[in-house]
Amino acid sequence: MKPSSDQGWSPYLAGALSGVVIILSAWLTGNYFGASTTFARTAGVFESFILPDHFAGLEYFKIVAPIVDWQVVFVMGILFGALLSAVTSNSFQLQAIPDLWAKRFGPSRLKRGLAAFGGGVITMYGARLAGGCPSGHGLGGAMQMGISGYTALICFFIGGIVVAQTLYRGRANS
Amino acid sequence: MNPLITGLLAGTAFGFLLQKGRVIRYDKQIGALLLKDMTIVKFMFTAILTGMVGVYLLSDLGMVALRIKPAVLGANIIGGLIFGMGWGVLGYCPGTSLGALGEGRWDAIWGILGMIGGAALFAETYPMLKSNILTWGRLESITIPEALGVNHWLVIVVIVAGAILLFRWLEKIGR
Repeated sequence: MKPSSDQGWSPYLAGALSGVVIILSAWLTGNYFGASTTFARTAGVFESFILPDHFAGLEYFKIVAPIVDWQVVFVMGILFGALLSAVTSNSFQLQAIPDLWAKRFGPSRLKRGLAAFGGGVITMYGARLAGGCPSGHGLGGAMQMGISGYTALICFFIGGIVVAQTLYRGRANS
Repeated sequence: MNPLITGLLAGTAFGFLLQKGRVIRYDKQIGALLLKDMTIVKFMFTAILTGMVGVYLLSDLGMVALRIKPAVLGANIIGGLIFGMGWGVLGYCPGTSLGALGEGRWDAIWGILGMIGGAALFAETYPMLKSNILTWGRLESITIPEALGVNHWLVIVVIVAGAILLFRWLEKIGR
């Protein structure tokens, strides 16, 4: 519970306050948190410019249209809020390679970039198939006691634990 | 109020708290998947518990509408496992990738671009999926109390008690 510049806040405090933000958001705006639909809308925006004919034939973008809605600005707000918090607490740090990654896979930016890109493709494909990500299913779904929310959340962790344990086998403590 | 203003305010508050909780970093996300540093689990479950009590209280008072995604177990499970496998490599989830970028972890950009690509790929394959995986295991009831046929507060009490035991255990073993 003690705010300090390099340790941050207790995750219990920050988590509970986030819960309060979610309650206020559901009450005052009718919106629960989510993030992955925004990536689908963004993909639609890019495709509508780059491949307009192909875009016009895609059924999915009729359901998830490339529009700016509550969630799109919410996701933009996450970037802004994190920037605000980092800059005002002296914890903003430009970093190309996460420490843990560098320790395991070395300092190559290309390697990290390719892995992050490929991991991102798989992550979002799974999120769209599952119908949400750790925000939509994990927070919004689980707090409303949705069966889909808990099912997806457990599977997110199972998939993630298997892959992370495989990538870092025997080296995580070094 | 204009939804584009409330959305921006909610996102800013959430991004601020994610950064304060130190949960948006690759090291924290992978740390949880390696079962070494459970910061993100503590954050997430505290948010879930707080939100659950508040939202159901307001819902009982008729002040808030629940909006629950339907349960399609095949899609939730297969998609969830695929998500997890990508997450284990990327080390950011869709929401936290933007937060990571906000605190200067710019490798998140490659992940964000990959995720936009993954959404485009999903749009390509959607016609093939919609009549099979996306319908597998669709349930009638969509919430746990509904499926069990019990009052929602009973389930809330059990989940809160379980989470508190989990937190106590995590603190005891120092993760």
